[in-house]
Amino acid sequence: MNFVVTSSPHVRSKNNTNRIMLDVVIALLPALIVGIVRFGLRALTVSLVSVIAALAAEWICGKIIYHQNTAADGSAAVTGLLLAMTLPATVPYWIAALGSAFAIIIIKGLCGGLGRNIFNPALAARAFLMIFWPAWLIRYAAPGTVIPVMGSTVDVVTTATPLHHMQMPALPEVSILDAFLGKTGGTIGEVCTLALLAGGAYLIYRGVISVRIPGAYLATVALLSLVFYKGEDPVAWMLYSLLSGGVVLGALFMATDYATSPVTPGGQLIYGIGCGALTVLFRYYGLFPEGVTYAILLMNAFAWAIDVHTAPRCFGWKKGGTA
Amino acid sequence: MKHLFFGGIHPNERKELSSGDTLKMELSPSQAVISMSQHIGVPCSPLVKPGDMVKKGQKIGDGEGLCVPVHASVSGRVTAVEPRPHPGGRNIMAVVIENDFKDTLDDTMVPNPDYTKLENEEIIKMIREAGIVGMGGATFSTNVKVLSSVEKTNTLIANACECEPYITADDTLLRMNPDQVLEGMKIIRHVLKPERTVLAIEDNKKEAIEILKYKLENEKGIELCVLPTRYPQGAEKQLIQAVTGREVGSGQLPSSVGCAVFNVSTFAAVYKAVCLGLPVTERIVTVTGEGVKNPGNFSVRIGTSYEELVKASGGLNDNVWKVLSGGPMMGVAQKDLQTPIIKGTNAVLCLSQAQNGESDTQTCIRCGKCLTVCPMRLQPLYMYCYEKTKNVKALEQLHIMDCIECGCCAYECPGKLRLVETFRNAKQLVKEAKSK
Repeated sequence: MNFVVTSSPHVRSKNNTNRIMLDVVIALLPALIVGIVRFGLRALTVSLVSVIAALAAEWICGKIIYHQNTAADGSAAVTGLLLAMTLPATVPYWIAALGSAFAIIIIKGLCGGLGRNIFNPALAARAFLMIFWPAWLIRYAAPGTVIPVMGSTVDVVTTATPLHHMQMPALPEVSILDAFLGKTGGTIGEVCTLALLAGGAYLIYRGVISVRIPGAYLATVALLSLVFYKGEDPVAWMLYSLLSGGVVLGALFMATDYATSPVTPGGQLIYGIGCGALTVLFRYYGLFPEGVTYAILLMNAFAWAIDVHTAPRCFGWKKGGTA
Repeated sequence: MKHLFFGGIHPNERKELSSGDTLKMELSPSQAVISMSQHIGVPCSPLVKPGDMVKKGQKIGDGEGLCVPVHASVSGRVTAVEPRPHPGGRNIMAVVIENDFKDTLDDTMVPNPDYTKLENEEIIKMIREAGIVGMGGATFSTNVKVLSSVEKTNTLIANACECEPYITADDTLLRMNPDQVLEGMKIIRHVLKPERTVLAIEDNKKEAIEILKYKLENEKGIELCVLPTRYPQGAEKQLIQAVTGREVGSGQLPSSVGCAVFNVSTFAAVYKAVCLGLPVTERIVTVTGEGVKNPGNFSVRIGTSYEELVKASGGLNDNVWKVLSGGPMMGVAQKDLQTPIIKGTNAVLCLSQAQNGESDTQTCIRCGKCLTVCPMRLQPLYMYCYEKTKNVKALEQLHIMDCIECGCCAYECPGKLRLVETFRNAKQLVKEAKSK
């Protein structure tokens, strides 16, 4: 009788990549549901198109680049869903599909696949779409308007988001509570901070992410907007800065992307602070009202370098590397 | 509960499979295969030849340098001196004895009930002559460890953590024969004269803790230190950190921080050698796992084949997947049941297909879990990257040689990377680069 002979350890935890991806999808569901309630069925169909396009692109990459079927690991579905979260419900379906394909093939596939990409695929795709079709990405449906599921959305009445007001600068017209609950203009996934926080809490509870990156990110945005406030009320300015736009979505779901963020505890704090500082900088001085996408993409480029310089002190070694 | 060393994991303990029963006295095997390599260092040279008659406890192999002797575990006739399977995986020189079931005792070693009259040198020599090695599985020569700890030890630690899942051999020893362990501790304490003598045990061994508390009530100078269960607490450096808070420097010995750690079954062997004049010819082995019918603990003669031991445990189940020498985290997979029990074999673990958590595809998703569980605070994900690109310089900078191969990183890895295997290769790369 011959038994299997492989290296230790011989037992493994039940945790696996699929389960992590499923957890991220579960964590995004509350925000997606609010998006559907807020913007109608088209929020769901845009998300589905984005996810299906991502899976199809992953399948193609599997055939051509990886020579194994990786669509089942769930990471492509997560990328598609994350991209949809950053799009307004009014975008044409082809925009969502093209963005997903770009994310999966150009940003991830050409780097070698899961875990090897330098930039967050969903955000890189959003940045790519912003270059060519900016008009489509800033068409936010006004409250109460119906977005048709099929056909053109050109006629949909649009509105300014709270961030547009803040760029003037002026405090937004919506109340802080409405901004927290998502009764405001914005992309499918970013409007309801409450739903995003619930999803983030789930991810932290499940051990999928640590609090370090989102905590440092949000704390930095809060601190900087409190110190460098505009208008009369620093606290209101700080709260609107946190509740408007994609900063909570970015901090909890984008900046925490494993492949593109540091793994060392100290590095994660530095990275979160960097994301927060750049977000505020881009919002204050950038052309667009929102700066989250570019802040995180820029910090992505530093992830490995930050890891190298924040390596923890190993057991039995003094700081600096002597035994 | 707060854990007292870096990182670590808490896998499913599965100790309940084997811990309930009392110690099963095993009949001696019809044939004993005594390996000449049961310790770290130079293998023994056989002192007998085919056809010789040997007594139980007779020295049948010894050597120079970092080497301790091996003894016949049964009396009878030597039938072969030839390479035989070894738990390490390769065939290694062994003496095969056909048991005459008379257990005629060899009386070279004499009992010394009052060890306090003995000089340090005499005790250390007895430990060597009895063939005692680290019985927790490390198999480092105990006499060398004791000798190098003399006058350098302020904390003597008895390791009863048994942090590997499934194994209950030390637990059984402490429940059945706690006095052997405590007497052994007193003998080593007599030699090393530490300021503090600690018996460290994990809090999942409730019955053993109760017994030890009772035994230690009237015993001055031995502290019982109950630690929260966490793997790999029983690893030497981690245990020293948990008990004393001290960190053994990279490449240093425990004596550099004033500590000496021995497994509880090593202490029991010291007691038997010094007070009873008995060399190491048997040990407690846990036979367990979902793949075996009646798991339990057995008192086993060294050289008994896994096959006989598994038979005594009711045989294998049909679903058996792997048979391991040792625990599920650091044990060595065996290709068949021909392997003999050696001094360091604390368990024969038969895992079933249901425990198969391995995957054909492995992808690092950079989740960083490995980093948080590494008890040596290394960066397994980067070590993995640089092994793949054969970057020896980067591997050295990441302190790969400090990896203790405990398997925490691989256990946690959601991408199911074969991290430990990769790191063994990486260490080999570094060694080769250095020798050039």
